[in-house]
Amino acid sequence: MTTSQPIISLKQVSKSFGKAGGASSYTAVDRLDLDVGRGQMLALLGKTGCGKSTIFNMIAGLTEPSSGDVTIDGRNPFRDFDSFRGKIAIVFQGDRLLPWRTAVQNVELGLEMLDVPAEKRRTAAMHWLTTLGLRGHENDYPHALSGGMRQRVSIARAFATDANILLCDEPFSALDEMTGRSLRAEFARLVKQNGKTAVFITHSINEALEIGDRIVVLKRPANIAVDLPLTSETTETEKLAIRNQIQGVLAA
Amino acid sequence: MTMPQAELSSPQPASWSWAVGRRALTYVFPFVVVAGIWQIASLFFPPFLFPSLVDVFKRCILIFASWSEFSDVLATVGRILAGLAGAFIVGAVLAVMMARSRAANEFLSPILTLFQGIPALSWVVFAIIWFHGVEPRIFFIMVMTTLPAFAFQVLSALQAMSRDLMEMVMSFRPNRVKLFRVMIIPAILPDILTAWKVNLGNASRVVVVAELVGATGGVGYELLQQQQVFDMAGALAWTLQLVFFVLIAQGVLTLIENIAFRYRAVSERSL
Ligand SMILES: Nc1ncnc2c1ncn2[C@@H]1O[C@H](COP(=O)(O)OP(=O)(O)O)[C@@H](O)[C@H]1O
Ligand SMILES: [Mg+2]
Repeated sequence: MTTSQPIISLKQVSKSFGKAGGASSYTAVDRLDLDVGRGQMLALLGKTGCGKSTIFNMIAGLTEPSSGDVTIDGRNPFRDFDSFRGKIAIVFQGDRLLPWRTAVQNVELGLEMLDVPAEKRRTAAMHWLTTLGLRGHENDYPHALSGGMRQRVSIARAFATDANILLCDEPFSALDEMTGRSLRAEFARLVKQNGKTAVFITHSINEALEIGDRIVVLKRPANIAVDLPLTSETTETEKLAIRNQIQGVLAA
Repeated sequence: MTMPQAELSSPQPASWSWAVGRRALTYVFPFVVVAGIWQIASLFFPPFLFPSLVDVFKRCILIFASWSEFSDVLATVGRILAGLAGAFIVGAVLAVMMARSRAANEFLSPILTLFQGIPALSWVVFAIIWFHGVEPRIFFIMVMTTLPAFAFQVLSALQAMSRDLMEMVMSFRPNRVKLFRVMIIPAILPDILTAWKVNLGNASRVVVVAELVGATGGVGYELLQQQQVFDMAGALAWTLQLVFFVLIAQGVLTLIENIAFRYRAVSERSL
């Protein structure tokens, strides 16, 4: 386990929607404390609607918490928005490719924001497309690619900026079982190989067990129900016990 | 038995030219019908009511052939394009303000709606009172009459932009210029081209009215001359100049659409 300073830190973070304090307000995240260590691969697990995407958007700096503090490397991802350019990469629930750009142009997007010269951009984008098995499809528009291929492009897009932090919001949930599994393994390997810190949101126990070196299970509204470290030494029997424990928590 | 053989020998060019021919035919057919009805009418009515199409055609040729007359057409075209460009720029800026700020929207929306209710002729009167010089007056009228439509069309395009894609682009933390270049402009371009197509028609109808502010050239001025001598063939020929312009401009915009939106998926079964 990482013992150094956490890279992502949430302190007493809450998020309500609707009029604050009003009768119609809905609390999606409730006083959540969560630290993520450098190089950690955290699987955030919870039922749909429990506030996973809301947590995700707050870490990404796309929404502001109603109360509490989110810090990444000591700074606020919402208020110091621009200072995180190139530091956080995101894989969304859907592929979210720009339909008017070819696969390779989509992968180049983040690099354009960083003012990387065109030639270097293309080289980096092609490298990641090749890594994800999309060589030959670089000039295809998204509509001509299958769902699995599109999600691969969006993973390539996230890796291309070489950001240290990767946030993934159920990136494989829209894919079929087979495609999802192979992409998942590929993704986990790439994260480890490139020394990234990753927060991986999922509603699937299998996915969390396969990918995470730590699993945090969320209640509803989002708060930590259990926090389980996993290591490479975790045996299959232990995993089975963990699975049962998680199932028990989620069923509650 | 020999038919498939013939088709096999050159299937591509044959079907291609057939398709083009059929499209051209369906495009031209309505015009042919209208022209036909007119020509029949010309047989039963005196020329100052329904002149023969041959006469109209001759007048068109005369306009094309005479530089002093054709320059009138160009002057009007220039006024249309200048007015549209002005209205588009101002309208787009207003639309961006309205999309960004609720207060701006609540303030500007009713004003633009109010403008939409003002007839072109009223703007003509205001322009004559407020401005000196023919060209500033015409420009003002053209801008005021097409501005609201542009502003509303760009606004609705901005509002219809995919929030998911916008969020994705924002997650890369673009600066403002890049956000426009990478996301906003490509996303609203289809609607902008449609807006131009629609407003082009409106503007070419308004321009002849605007030219009543004392223009000594242009299609509106020439139409007025024809009215004074009851020359129906002339009036038609001048009107046709504007129609030609609109058709050509629409064709150019369609061409741009076809090139710019190649990325779109085409379903073999659509509307
Ligand atoms: N922008 C929003 N406005 C109002 N309610 C929202 C908004 N976003 C999410 N919610 C609500 O917050 C809850 C958690 O949503 P979300 O974080 O998307 O869940 P998850 O990703 O775990 O499925 C849901 O009940 C949802 O209806
Ligand atoms: Mg979600």
